Amino acid sequence: MNKMESKNILLIGVGGQGIVLASEIMSEFFKRQGYDVKKSEVHGMAQRGGIVSSHVRIGKKVYSPMIEKGKADIMLSFEKMEALRWLYYVKPDGIIVSSNVKMVPPIVSTGAFEYPEDVEDRILKERPDAKILDIVSALKELGNDKVTNVIMIGALSTMFDFEPEKWLEVIKEAVPKKVVDVNIKAFNKGRELMKN
Amino acid sequence: MKVLLSGNEAIARGAYEYGCVFASAYPGTPSTEILENVQHYKEITCQWSPNEKVATEVAIGASFAGARALCAMKHVGVNVAADPLMTLTYIGVKGGFVLVSADDPGMHSSQNEQDNRNYAKFAKIPVLEPSDSQEAKDFVGKAFEISERFDTPVILRMTTRTSHGKGLVEIGDRVEVDVKGFERDFSKYVALPMNARKRRVVVAEREKKLKDFAEETDLNVIEDGKGNVGFITCGISYVHLKEVLPDAPVLKIGMPYPLPIKKIKEFVSRFEKVIVVEELDPFIEEQIKAEGIKVYGKEYFPEIGEFSPEIVRNALVKAGVLKEENKVKAEDKAIPRPPVFCPGCPHLGIFYALKKAKAKIVTGDIGCYTLAAIKPFEMMDTCVCMGASIGNAIGMEKALGSGKGIAAVIGDSTFIHSGLTGLVEAVYNKSTVTIVISDNSITAMTGGQPDARTGWNCEGEPTGKMDFELVARAIGVEHVYVVDPTKMDETYKIVKRELEADHLSLIISQGPCVLYPQKVKREKFYTELENCTACAMCSKIGCQAIYRTMEKTEKGRFKWNIDTTLCTGCGLCIQMCKFDAIRPISRKGE
Ligand code: SF4
Ligand code: SF4
Repeated sequence: MNKMESKNILLIGVGGQGIVLASEIMSEFFKRQGYDVKKSEVHGMAQRGGIVSSHVRIGKKVYSPMIEKGKADIMLSFEKMEALRWLYYVKPDGIIVSSNVKMVPPIVSTGAFEYPEDVEDRILKERPDAKILDIVSALKELGNDKVTNVIMIGALSTMFDFEPEKWLEVIKEAVPKKVVDVNIKAFNKGRELMKN
Repeated sequence: MKVLLSGNEAIARGAYEYGCVFASAYPGTPSTEILENVQHYKEITCQWSPNEKVATEVAIGASFAGARALCAMKHVGVNVAADPLMTLTYIGVKGGFVLVSADDPGMHSSQNEQDNRNYAKFAKIPVLEPSDSQEAKDFVGKAFEISERFDTPVILRMTTRTSHGKGLVEIGDRVEVDVKGFERDFSKYVALPMNARKRRVVVAEREKKLKDFAEETDLNVIEDGKGNVGFITCGISYVHLKEVLPDAPVLKIGMPYPLPIKKIKEFVSRFEKVIVVEELDPFIEEQIKAEGIKVYGKEYFPEIGEFSPEIVRNALVKAGVLKEENKVKAEDKAIPRPPVFCPGCPHLGIFYALKKAKAKIVTGDIGCYTLAAIKPFEMMDTCVCMGASIGNAIGMEKALGSGKGIAAVIGDSTFIHSGLTGLVEAVYNKSTVTIVISDNSITAMTGGQPDARTGWNCEGEPTGKMDFELVARAIGVEHVYVVDPTKMDETYKIVKRELEADHLSLIISQGPCVLYPQKVKREKFYTELENCTACAMCSKIGCQAIYRTMEKTEKGRFKWNIDTTLCTGCGLCIQMCKFDAIRPISRKGE
């Protein structure tokens, strides 16, 4: 991708998955590369297990902090049913990356709804070019279930021409000292998963 | 240096740079982070107040003493603060006084979406509205200047997007502004009728001066562009418009009241047609039309809900400015994911008891516990505003002729905010309802701010801890009970007895929030699936850690399990299980 090209990056997931931190890291990274950055998310009830979405917009000059529906260039979904829900937000030629993690909403326990079993098939049927990453296995391998956000940043980094070291610089500053190592591994894992 | 700041962080930064020495607030989404960030600047004394009225009154006191003062609140908080504000407008200020109102178009986490620019017109004071974080910071400085120059309080109006959205902000150093000290001035500071009548005239003169100021200030700027349609816009609407129509000729209004009418007339005369783009009320549009100037606006734009770039685009298509694009359909292909109580939340036990005791009517209030209104509890029948639960319950009783089976549920922070006077009402007017304070000793909903019940203040210093039991007794409540909501039988018995009793009672249900001030650490529980008979009793307490498995009993019913990563060990579910299937984790492998 050319430097300073405008990009709309949409992050989607569930409260507690570290989406806000991921969007903070991205925003800081692009700021350091000289981009104008705006981002927005809605807090509030979301912290009680609701949907969390974060819009990150970069370019030479960015006005609105919100991505227009149907105009996201990149969607990173931390949960697969949420990917399905938000597919319509992505441009027809946009990049869709989803985790294969399944987080069943507690409302399912009331018997009022069922978590659809064929989520991945439905994503691929609508958007055959979507990439579904095996984050379930990756988290097991890394021995830490809190690093989906940095795996996703690793995945995002493959879509830009910046040195991985530059990304890692920001990640190292943003995460607590004792988990720096596992986050470096998570970042590399994200890059590796995108190659497959 | 440029840093990435949210609008709320930028306001805090602005308070710092522009010499603010005092800040107060009551937490409320989307305004909470303002004071949370002011807290990081040791030059500014800051405090959480029990409600927005008090927050405003202490900030007024600081201003009277000659200090630059700021108070912050969500839009509905301004209703609570309206009393002091509407007279402060007559009195004026000494040190600059800024009231930040963070509105919530779209009602992301509010009970209404009132447009608080209307307060400025109502109070005859200026309102400034930034469109991004940089302006949020800059406008704090301008607001202080205007406040001092024109002897007026100033409203700084934010919205959820400008408060929570982040952008790059050029930061600078603090400029100290001296605290001038208080000087007695009976005719100004004492709003007796004889003084207020004179001040009323001063307000009218001030408004005239502010109108002249509006014409010259760089808060209102014209940006030249292409085309024969011009736009007048303000706040977040400006950035959406520029996004959709980057070359649009724009008169950007940074001060929506009072408006620069001459500037607007001149701008309008340049174009075939001028459209006002503003979220929520036609606040600017109506003022312009009242001057006999022809503009368009709400013919194309919705008055309801939050704006987004696509809403602005669709309106511009309707106005014939843009051509229709392929519309994106947002059909929902996934199941809903409504917010839920945290696992082991102290509110669970008390709502379960109210449900089991078959409370007839539960009037509710504002906090995490409002979640009890939706599935799985559906045990909250009303929710109006902060503190309303108690008054509502009393009114129900008076109308229905009996208080039996009627309960009001309110949290500790909300009780301190506006429930105390309701309790006085209950005693004084001989109510017999059951009032429950679900007391987790923190303001949890907005992210765990301390309140007068917590035991420490905004700066983290230990301070007095309000004793609800003593307060209630002093007010005259005879039947006061303190319960532990994780002790199910005991809680149920007291709730049941008091609901049926012929007297007023106060039940204080005390248990720690599992998230704030820190995550609780208790032994977790697990399910011995072999013992589970699929009776589903544990699922009735509304804990999200408990889920239905795909494993069936011989009779073909699904068994239930505990997600031990989510469990916080409150021990409610174990009291529901008659088959020794739920056990503390230390018993695993026995
Ligand atoms: S002990 Fe039971 S009810 Fe309490 S948090 Fe754990 S699973 Fe939920
Ligand atoms: S934040 Fe605290 S009070 Fe709110 S739902 Fe969670 S445990 Fe309950």
